Amino acid sequence: MQAATRHWLVVVAVGVLVTLGGCAIEPWVKPYERDRLADPIMSFDRDPISNAYIHHVYEAREGARGASGSAGGGCGCN
Amino acid sequence: MAVTEPKLLCRLATGLLTLVAGVSLAGVLPEDRLDALYHYYNGGGVEIDGPSILARKSIGQHVSVSGNYYVDTVSSASIDVLTTASPYEEERTEHSFGVDFLRGDTIMSLAVGESDEDDYQAETINVGIAQEIFGGLTTVTMGYGVGDDTVRRNGDPDFEDYVERQAYRLGISQILTRSLIVSLNYEVISDEGFLNNPYRSVRYRDPNSGTGYSFQPEVYPRTRTSNAVAIRGRYFLPYRAAVHLGYRYFTDDWDIAAHTGEVGYTHPLGAFNLDLQYRYYTQTKADFYSDLYPYQDAQNFLARDKELSTFQSHTIRFGVSYDFLENGWTFLERGAISAFYDHIMFNYDDFRDLTSDELVGQEPLYSFDADVIQLFISFWF
Repeated sequence: MQAATRHWLVVVAVGVLVTLGGCAIEPWVKPYERDRLADPIMSFDRDPISNAYIHHVYEAREGARGASGSAGGGCGCN
Repeated sequence: MAVTEPKLLCRLATGLLTLVAGVSLAGVLPEDRLDALYHYYNGGGVEIDGPSILARKSIGQHVSVSGNYYVDTVSSASIDVLTTASPYEEERTEHSFGVDFLRGDTIMSLAVGESDEDDYQAETINVGIAQEIFGGLTTVTMGYGVGDDTVRRNGDPDFEDYVERQAYRLGISQILTRSLIVSLNYEVISDEGFLNNPYRSVRYRDPNSGTGYSFQPEVYPRTRTSNAVAIRGRYFLPYRAAVHLGYRYFTDDWDIAAHTGEVGYTHPLGAFNLDLQYRYYTQTKADFYSDLYPYQDAQNFLARDKELSTFQSHTIRFGVSYDFLENGWTFLERGAISAFYDHIMFNYDDFRDLTSDELVGQEPLYSFDADVIQLFISFWF
């Protein structure tokens, strides 16, 4: 990806974020209905120290990398 | 350490540097927490273990800081080492520090990290932002990371090269129902510099050699750009348990394409949490990879790294956590001890086991199993 394209991607993404942040929409799952979602067993990252380690194990042995949902990704060492 | 030892090297270098930069759900700072983990990996003649300590603490209501210390102690007699070098041992240490700022429904994150081993140094900076929208139903995240690595080769003081890396991340997490949440993540990573292992060799047919083949150093392109997109979902079952599904598609300009799928189940049982998970991974080879080249310097780019070959892996995970101090003790709110075991089975389609005495190019395909153990204790305060 060209550097200019990357920069435009960031600019557009920030614009979308700012625009959406100002939207008012009626949430169809009310805050008081989110008890199940707040349960720790529903967390995408229940134990960050463990998640980071196992991603590290995979990235060191696989060609694929990234989109793990955290800021990790990109050992870049091949 | 011998000069010609191929090693895991940089593959172990920067993967965890950004642990403390994990962007949490917007609107709420991550919990104050201390984790101490022991990790152990054993597979394919490679043994790696060490500690990891992760601490996170809020300062006031709007700032949270975190720090991570991590060590890999490596003892390697891998298939690469057995065929072209001698076993070795080494240690890699890693430090990282992060800070998160909460402002309204927005969390901004900054993290820096460094990794050190005797022939590889890596420095990484990550920034991120997470914004809740639509009344908290949706969280949008963006991140940018830059890495600066220095590559050296033991026994060769004249050799030094670099790797520069940039990563762009975009994510969205969406509450769909009272019981279902999904996330979509996209990440572009670009590298530039010395991307291969300075110790690893490729093999080519050589009628003048007793074995029928000889070795020459790998040569990789000096740039690589990859794209990965992943979707994950978690569903809360009526009897308080959770299932999760995930899929990732990966592609890069080295012609590697990979699919990753996983399914898991979490079941609380009193003070225990039980986890079960299966993960499948498959990839195609890099276009310049070959297990056996027809002659020396057969191509501009040469690779015989099995991580760039065509292969599949299956992983089965068992995990158990036990919550204690549920009523707290002094300043501690609660604690947990956890044990996770992963068994990984790697099967290669075009990487051969040269320890066999078969004819050149007819050696059995390589495969190995790995055991991964994590033991950790966590305190919330």
